[in-house]
Amino acid sequence: MKLTVWTYEGPPHVGAMRIATAMKDVHYILHAPQGDTYADLLFTMIERRKTRPPVTYTTFQARDLGSDTAELFKTACKDAVERFKPQAILVGASCTAELIQDDPAGLSKALNLDIPVVPLELPSYQRKENWGAAETFYQMVRVITGAHAPAPGAERPERSADRPPSCNILGGTALGFRHRDDVIEVRRLLDALGVAVNVIAPWEATPADLARLGDADFNVVLYPEIAEPAARWLEKTFKQPRTKTIPVGVGGTRDFLREVAGLAGMDPDKAVETAESRLPWYARSVDSNYLTGKRVFVFGEANRAVAIARVAKEELGFEVVGLGCYNREFARDIRDAAATYGVEPLISDDYLEVEEKIAESQPEMVLGTQMERHIAKRLGIPCAVISAPVHVQDFPARFSPQMGFEGANVLFDTLVHPLMMGLEEHLLGMFRGDFEFNDEASPSHYGHVSGGVTHPAPQTAESVGETQIKVLAGAPEAPVADQPVAAPGEPVWDQSAEKELKKIPFFVRGKARRNTEIYAKESGVATITVETLYDAKAHFGK
Amino acid sequence: MNELSLKPPMTPGCDEPTVLRERGQREVFCGLTGIIWMHRKIQDAFFLIIGSRTCAHLMQSAAGVMIFAEPRFATAIIEERDLAGMADANEELDRVVTRLLDRRPDIKLLFLVGSCPSEVIKLDLSRASQRLSAQLSPKVRVLNYSGSGIETTFTQGEDACLAALVPSLPAEAADSAPSLMVVGALADVVEDQFDRMFKAMGLDNVRFLPSGSADNLPPVGPNTHYLLAQPFLADTAWHLEDRGAKRIAAPFPLGEEGTTLWLQAAARTFGVSDEVFESVTAPGRERARRAMAHQSERLTGKRIFFFPDSQLEIPLARFLSREMGMVPVEVGTPYMHREHLAEELDMLPAGVRLSEGQDVDKQLDRCHADAPDLVVCGLGLANPLEAEGIATKWSIELLFTPIQGYEQAGDLAELFARPLVRRTRLEV
Repeated sequence: MKLTVWTYEGPPHVGAMRIATAMKDVHYILHAPQGDTYADLLFTMIERRKTRPPVTYTTFQARDLGSDTAELFKTACKDAVERFKPQAILVGASCTAELIQDDPAGLSKALNLDIPVVPLELPSYQRKENWGAAETFYQMVRVITGAHAPAPGAERPERSADRPPSCNILGGTALGFRHRDDVIEVRRLLDALGVAVNVIAPWEATPADLARLGDADFNVVLYPEIAEPAARWLEKTFKQPRTKTIPVGVGGTRDFLREVAGLAGMDPDKAVETAESRLPWYARSVDSNYLTGKRVFVFGEANRAVAIARVAKEELGFEVVGLGCYNREFARDIRDAAATYGVEPLISDDYLEVEEKIAESQPEMVLGTQMERHIAKRLGIPCAVISAPVHVQDFPARFSPQMGFEGANVLFDTLVHPLMMGLEEHLLGMFRGDFEFNDEASPSHYGHVSGGVTHPAPQTAESVGETQIKVLAGAPEAPVADQPVAAPGEPVWDQSAEKELKKIPFFVRGKARRNTEIYAKESGVATITVETLYDAKAHFGK
Repeated sequence: MNELSLKPPMTPGCDEPTVLRERGQREVFCGLTGIIWMHRKIQDAFFLIIGSRTCAHLMQSAAGVMIFAEPRFATAIIEERDLAGMADANEELDRVVTRLLDRRPDIKLLFLVGSCPSEVIKLDLSRASQRLSAQLSPKVRVLNYSGSGIETTFTQGEDACLAALVPSLPAEAADSAPSLMVVGALADVVEDQFDRMFKAMGLDNVRFLPSGSADNLPPVGPNTHYLLAQPFLADTAWHLEDRGAKRIAAPFPLGEEGTTLWLQAAARTFGVSDEVFESVTAPGRERARRAMAHQSERLTGKRIFFFPDSQLEIPLARFLSREMGMVPVEVGTPYMHREHLAEELDMLPAGVRLSEGQDVDKQLDRCHADAPDLVVCGLGLANPLEAEGIATKWSIELLFTPIQGYEQAGDLAELFARPLVRRTRLEV
C-alpha cells in the first residue's frame, strides 16, 4: 500500500478515456462502479468540453456482484452501440471491475458486433494514466490500422515524385497539456515546410482516419508518453520512421524541423531558414539581463521537463538547479539530461518528496506542474506551470501552444512573467528606503503572491476551478507555519543583524536569511551578527 | 392571520406518487466524496481511504486537494503486491497508519474508509480498526465505514460515517431529562443559528451530530429525541434507534416553511408553547420571506428538472414549488427513504414525476423532451447541457453551501436564480 494525498497521474482507464474522448465516432464501454463516473467531470469541467466523454459505465453495484455483472456489461455494450452508433468501440475494466474478472474482451466478442472491438487490458494496480493512454492508442492502431498492414517483410514502395512528402501527427489527446494548440502550431510548421499532414491522431481522428495511418511517409511524435508505442509499431509494420525531437523552444523547434526535413527528403538547412520567434531577441534585450543565472527547478512530465530545462538554460540563460519527473517510464531521459546539468535527477510521484527537494535546492523559480505551483507558493518562490497534470487554467481561451515558434514566444512569457522585471527590480532596490514604499507592497508582476518572499503566500484559491472547489471544500486549512522559531542548536540573530537583514530587498531576503543561517551553522557561529551576514554573503556570492 | 397556519399539503397522503424506478447507468459520485465536507466538520478526524489510484484521483478531482496545506484525508493505494498476497494487508495498513499518525499527532479520530476495491477483495476493515484502536487508544480512536461506490451514492457516505460513529457515542444517563440531537452535518453558522433558536425556546439539552471535535460527541439513550437535518441518513437513524433514540418526524429545514415545520416538530416534542415558538421564530421567518422575495420573480413559473445526486432533491423540489412557485417536471433521486421523506412527499405538487435510481441516457432523453428552464445535475452533465442551451445548477454546490435555516433561505433561492440571471446578462 502506498500512502497518497495527491497523485500526478490518474488510473490507466482515465488514460483510455483521454484517447476515446479525443477521437470521433469511438465509444468506450467501461466496466466500472458508479463512483468512477467522476472522470466525466475532468473533461466537462477542466477541459470545458461541450459534450460528455463517449463513455458508458456499467455502474454495477454490490447486489450485482456474483450474479449478473457480466450480463450487465453485455447489455451496456449493446445499448451503447445502438444509441451512439460508433465506428469502433473500446472495451475494458476499471480497477474494481478488474478484480471481478468478467472479461470484457470475451463478453463483447460474444456479441458479434459488426464494428471493430478493441479490448483493453489496463492493469490498474501497476500502471497509471499516461501508460493507459499509450496502451489504448497502441491497441487501437494495432486493431484498426493493423487491418491494412502490408505483408511482413514487404518493402515500402517509393513515394512517387508528384506527391509531396506526408506525415501523421501523433499523440494529441483530450485533457492534454496544451495539446489543442500544439497540434495547430505544429501543423502550421509542417504546412510551411511543404510536408502534407495525412492524419492527426488521436486528436479528432475517426477510426476510419486511423485506417489510413499507413499512407504517410513518416510519423511526427509530439508526445512520446502517449504515442511512442503506437509509433514504434507503425515503424516496424509500415516502415514509417518517426521523429524523436520534441519541438519545444527555439532550439527544439529548429532541431525538429531539421529532423522532419531529413525524413521528408528535404534540405534541413532550408527548413529552418524562415524560422521566426521573438524569443531570441527578447532574451537578448537588456531587460532580460536580470534573468542571467536565475536558479530554476524543473519538474513535470519527463519529456516536457527535459525540453523545458533546455529552454531555461540555452534560451533564457537560467541555471537549472533541479530536474525531475513523475513518470518513471521516462526516468532514463531525465537521468541523462540531469547529468548534463550536473544535478541529481529526481524521479518521484510523491509530492512531499518533490517539495523537500525543491526547498533543499533553493531555486529562485520553479517550473513545474500545478502541484509545484502550490509548493512554490508555500515556499514563497515564483512558479510557472509547464506540464500536465492539467488544471482548468491550462485550457486558456487564447491560442497558447507550447510547441513550435509561437510556443517559444508563449514560453518566454510564461517563464519570465512570474519573475520581477529587470528595471522594476532595480527601482525597488533604489526606493526601498522611501517612506511611501514598504516591504509589504508587492510588485505588480507578482500578481497573486502578496507580501515579500519571506511571507508564505496565503493558501487561497484563486482560479476559476479552485473557486468552485473552495465552495465545495469550505475554507482552506491553515497555512503551514511561518518563520521557523530557532530550534536548539540553531544559530540566533542578534538585533543589529536582524536590522541589517531588513535593509536587504525583501525579494532576496529569505534567501539571504537561509544562506546566513547555513553559513553560521557550518562555521559554528551561535549568534549571527552583521559581520556573519556579510561573511555569508561573500561566501555564497555568485 | 395566524403565522403558524401553514398551507395544507397539495396532495392528500393517500395519493401515493408514482415513482419511475430505473436501473441503468448512474452518473453520480460514490460515498467517498462525503469525506470532503465531513473532514471539514470533524476537525480532529482523519479519513484514510483504503482504495485504488482511482479513489485518490476522484478525491483530488472532486475536492481540489491542492488548496489544502495538508488535507485531513488520504488514500492508501492498494498495489499489485497487496493483491498478489506478497504483502500482508494488515501489516501494510499498520505501516501506513503509523506513518500517518507520526505526521499528524493532532489526529484523535481515524476513519478507515472502505472503497470498491477493498470491498471486492473483502478486506476486513472492521477488524483492522478494532486492532488499531486497541493499539492506539486512548490517544486515537479508529473507526471504519464503507464509502464504496458499489454500496453508497454520494451523500450516503456521510450516512455511513455517522452510522459508524453512533455505537461509540457515550450513553446518556438513564434518568436524564429528554434531550434533542440534531443529526447531519450542517455548516457551523447554521448550527449556531439553530442552537440559538432552540435555546431561546427553552431547550437547553440540544446536541449536534457530528460535533466539531471527536472528544465532544453527543450522548445518546432512550431519552434522546433526534431530528434529522439531512434526508439521507437512513443507517444513522437506524443505529440511533438501536440505542433507544426516537425520531422526530419532520420535513427538512429548507426554506422558510421547511425550517418552520422542522423547528416546530422539535418544539412540539418538547412542549414549547405556540406563543414562545411564534416569538422565537417570527423574526427569522420574516427575514427569510423577505430574502426569498428578491428571487421569486425570477423563479416563479419556471420549470425545473432534477437529476439524481444527493437525495436532497425531494425537499428542494418541495421548497421550490411551494415557496418559489417553480414547477418541478422530474424529481430524480438516487434513493428514496419513504419514511423519512413522508412529510416531504405529501407536500409535493400532484402529478410530479419522481424517479429513483438512474439510466442516464434515458433520463437525458426525457430532459430534452421536457425542455425545462433549469436542470439540477452533477458536474459531468452540466457543461454539456449548458452547451445545448439548457441552464443548469450544479447539485454539488447544494452540499457545500450553507442552505438550511431562515437566514440561508434567500441564499438557497438565489442559487437557483443565478444561472437564470446570468443568461439574461450575457450578450455574446
